[in-house]
Amino acid sequence: MSWSRIVPVALFVVLTIFLAIGLTRDPSVIPTEMIDREMPQFELPELREETTVTEADLVGEIALVNVFGSWCVACLQEHPTLMQLSRDDTVKIVGVNWRDDRVDALDWLEEHGDPYDTIIFDEESDLVIEIGVTGAPETFVLDPDGRIRYKQIGPITPEVWKDTIRPVIEAIELEAAGEAASS
Amino acid sequence: MRALWIALIAAVLVHGAAWAQEDPAPDTEIVDTRTEAISKTLRCVVCQNQSIYDSNAPLAEDMRRLVRKRVEAGDSDDEVRDYLRDRYGDYVLMTPPLQMNTILLWAGPIILFLLGGIWFLLRLRAAPTAEQGDLTEEDRARIAAALANKDASA
Repeated sequence: MSWSRIVPVALFVVLTIFLAIGLTRDPSVIPTEMIDREMPQFELPELREETTVTEADLVGEIALVNVFGSWCVACLQEHPTLMQLSRDDTVKIVGVNWRDDRVDALDWLEEHGDPYDTIIFDEESDLVIEIGVTGAPETFVLDPDGRIRYKQIGPITPEVWKDTIRPVIEAIELEAAGEAASS
Repeated sequence: MRALWIALIAAVLVHGAAWAQEDPAPDTEIVDTRTEAISKTLRCVVCQNQSIYDSNAPLAEDMRRLVRKRVEAGDSDDEVRDYLRDRYGDYVLMTPPLQMNTILLWAGPIILFLLGGIWFLLRLRAAPTAEQGDLTEEDRARIAAALANKDASA
């Protein structure tokens, strides 16, 4: 086979590989910049109480920070998983009620159950933009120092919990245990 | 008559003053144009093929407000862009920056153009050029015969 025949075939193969990778990626999943960064400073109202929540409230133990809204359809998909985690008292779950109406949000929680230990009411995307959220649901895993260790884009299905998030939490726990032992 | 003139001039002055007050301060205008210009260079992370200026997505709306806030706080255009880039990555910029991981994107068309040019030139040189040798006696005879045939049929 002559050189001039190989070149177009080679180009075709390269193009095919590029497209095979490029076209099967989900363009709505934007890689996050926030990994290993501390939660930014913020001060926002609690949804259910007359108090304010700051970044200091997210320090001390491992926490899931879950962005949701009563308008968010996919949030219903992960809601049973969050409810289960809450019943088993597996991990602290902090909600970020995003761009919602207070009454709608409370009704939604009434109807579907409330798995949250704390709910940050972020009406105008103040916190959401600070942590680079692109949509709901999104969930951040925070270590006890309040540093973001993982971000889940899309619903936490039982599989996502088992295969992705639980291992991240276990790794953080192991790390914390190691630190405690060495000090 | 004089009273009428005075009244008219007074009316114009008062009206002029009121109009001047309604006119937005030049500051707001600058903030508006800069917010618009910066918003056009930032990608809406929900819809992705629109800038936050074009998008109706609620998040884009909030981002526009953030851009305005940063502009009012005295940030330069690049500082505003860097603020969002710090949180959302290069994705949030409409124009990908020229850096190591985008070098192929920027240089790709030039490289392809050059490769194409080289290929074309190589082919041009390699292509067998038609031999333009002298006509043989046989050829001349055939031409003459054909011409004679044409004359005869005309």
